[in-house]
Amino acid sequence: MNHGYDVSHLLAGLMVVASFALLYQDRITAVLNTFAAQAVLLALAVAWQAWTQDRPNLFITAALALGLKGIIVPVALRRMVFQLGIHRDVEQVVNAGVALMIGLGLTTLSLLLVLKVTKAAPSFTREGLALALAIILLGFLMMITRRNAVTQIVGFMSIENGLILAATGARGMPFVVEVSVAFSVLIALFVFAVFVFRIRERFDTVDLEALDQVRGDRR
Amino acid sequence: MNPGVYAVVLIPLISAPLLALVPGYRVTAAGNVIVCFATFLAGLSLLILPRVVGDFVIVDDLNIFFIILNTFVGFTTSTFSASYIGHEIETGKLTPLFVRFYHAMFQGMMGAMNLALIANNIGLLWVGLELATLITVVMVGIYRTPSALEAAWKYFILGSVGISLAFFGTILIYLAGQGALGEGLPAMTWSRLLAAAPQLDVALLDLAFVFLLVGFGTKVGLAPLHAWLPDAHAEGPTPISAVLSGLLLNVALFALLRYKMLLAAQPLAVKPGQIMIVMGLISLIFAAFMLYQRRDIKRLFAYSSIEHMGLITFAFGLGGPIANFAGLLHMVMHSLTKSAIFFAVGHVAQAKGSQRLADIRGLSVTHPSLAIALGAGVIAICGLPPFGVFTSEFLMLTTTFARAPWLAVLPAFGLLVAFGALILRLQDILFGAPSEPSHKVEASSIPMVLHLALVLLAGLYLPPLLVAWFQRAAELLG
Repeated sequence: MNHGYDVSHLLAGLMVVASFALLYQDRITAVLNTFAAQAVLLALAVAWQAWTQDRPNLFITAALALGLKGIIVPVALRRMVFQLGIHRDVEQVVNAGVALMIGLGLTTLSLLLVLKVTKAAPSFTREGLALALAIILLGFLMMITRRNAVTQIVGFMSIENGLILAATGARGMPFVVEVSVAFSVLIALFVFAVFVFRIRERFDTVDLEALDQVRGDRR
Repeated sequence: MNPGVYAVVLIPLISAPLLALVPGYRVTAAGNVIVCFATFLAGLSLLILPRVVGDFVIVDDLNIFFIILNTFVGFTTSTFSASYIGHEIETGKLTPLFVRFYHAMFQGMMGAMNLALIANNIGLLWVGLELATLITVVMVGIYRTPSALEAAWKYFILGSVGISLAFFGTILIYLAGQGALGEGLPAMTWSRLLAAAPQLDVALLDLAFVFLLVGFGTKVGLAPLHAWLPDAHAEGPTPISAVLSGLLLNVALFALLRYKMLLAAQPLAVKPGQIMIVMGLISLIFAAFMLYQRRDIKRLFAYSSIEHMGLITFAFGLGGPIANFAGLLHMVMHSLTKSAIFFAVGHVAQAKGSQRLADIRGLSVTHPSLAIALGAGVIAICGLPPFGVFTSEFLMLTTTFARAPWLAVLPAFGLLVAFGALILRLQDILFGAPSEPSHKVEASSIPMVLHLALVLLAGLYLPPLLVAWFQRAAELLG
């Protein structure tokens, strides 16, 4: 029995489950909680990789995932949501059942695609990669089906979770990349924060429908 | 050791925070120009200094002229921007505080683009391009009007989709190289990947290219992922539109070319040409038709950028020495011409106080010299002789006719459609009944004239040195 193999798959699989949960949650606070749970799972998965691959520097990535995406960002977004008074809002653009069916299709697609293409790679890598691609695609789906700025941010960050899972699963990928990923996530958050603040300042709402009114050529 | 390589990245990145600290927009604007000029000199120094191939940086025939072009257009744009921004402060569109950040971000963007161009590590290439994108997102939203925010938001969302896909593609490339090069840094070093290309994992390489094409293709503005581009061009400050069209699209396409070279060196891999031809042609023809419905002058030229990027992608997809040569030449010509046009558009928007095409009429009566410059720019971008764009488009079409006569019909059709739209609009802008109001133009016209003169010169005479250089780069592209 290979425990390293089993545990990393369990964690990656749970992250996919969290991605599915993100698809059908309709309250913003529930979305944030689910996202925090996914980030904690990511931190565990990365820490496990650090241990089994014997690459202690990956623990930094794990700590970043836990601290930043598991705690700081969800808490900050939660505060913002309460300040704006949209914590009770229910948003459902696409029917939850339909979204889940599409999500199921995307997961199947990524499993079939990656497993077929990576026949030569070690099975440890290829299955992790397939699950990571599923998380990324589910994140895209979430961004498409959501209309609210905060939930779109969460969708984007869940895509980042999938990317980091893929990067750490690729054995021996240089640390340069992990630092850069963490760095770009920080910048991305900074930019997002700026936008959310500016949007609120202008429209008194974070609903993107308000932005759609000014679309296209000005007349 | 080559100091020029580090200088092109470090000069802008170090000066960025310094510019943010200095109060007074006149001082920072002048500082911005000086820093850009220093970077340009550093770029030129690469020509005489020995070539470098390191773990993180590389100077080869392909990137050297992109770096010089990048630093040159950065320098001319900074001189244009110095005079343009003064006007924006006077009209109250920007506050001095925002202008300080504007200059810092301008340098940050230049440094990030140079980093992407000079990178030999595929992770670094990705970081450079993404950093440049994120900074431009903030700059597009700097006016903080509802439409500017919407444009920035759209750019950001589509940009992050591109970011994620391109990063996934980068991981796949690493995995493809792992078998041949072992774990760790070598499998992320582009030059080593290229040397070991025949041993790379074919299936992974193919899959990676699809992700990279869609990911970086979003940045290039290829349809159907182009939606951010017209908005970002129209709502941001005009110097940023010039840099977006002239430089950032080129850098994204450059990243794609690096990966295309990898695929070309692995004989068993899928031929990337066909996908690039299809995406290029869709962008070209779609954008050409969209030109007819534009009401905003910056949006008009943004769609023209999509059209030309489509044409260049088509040329590289076709491949072969002549088409690659034409593609590289067209990248340079488009970059110079389109930034000159955006400089002119910036002048026009300040002269008429509006970007709406309906408000911009009779320019030849009210601002004759500006009308000549804009007219020359539009004629150049339409691909009429004697400008350099004609040379590259002519080469592209003739080589397509020679190799696949039926295929040549499509780009020729797209170019004609675009030509019609642009000439139609130009006629209204230049010769309609003069529209009110009409202010004096204060921004400097030297950068615009310089760019157009270079494009004209390239159309009349291409120095043999430059030709030999393009030929070597075209051969590398396979």
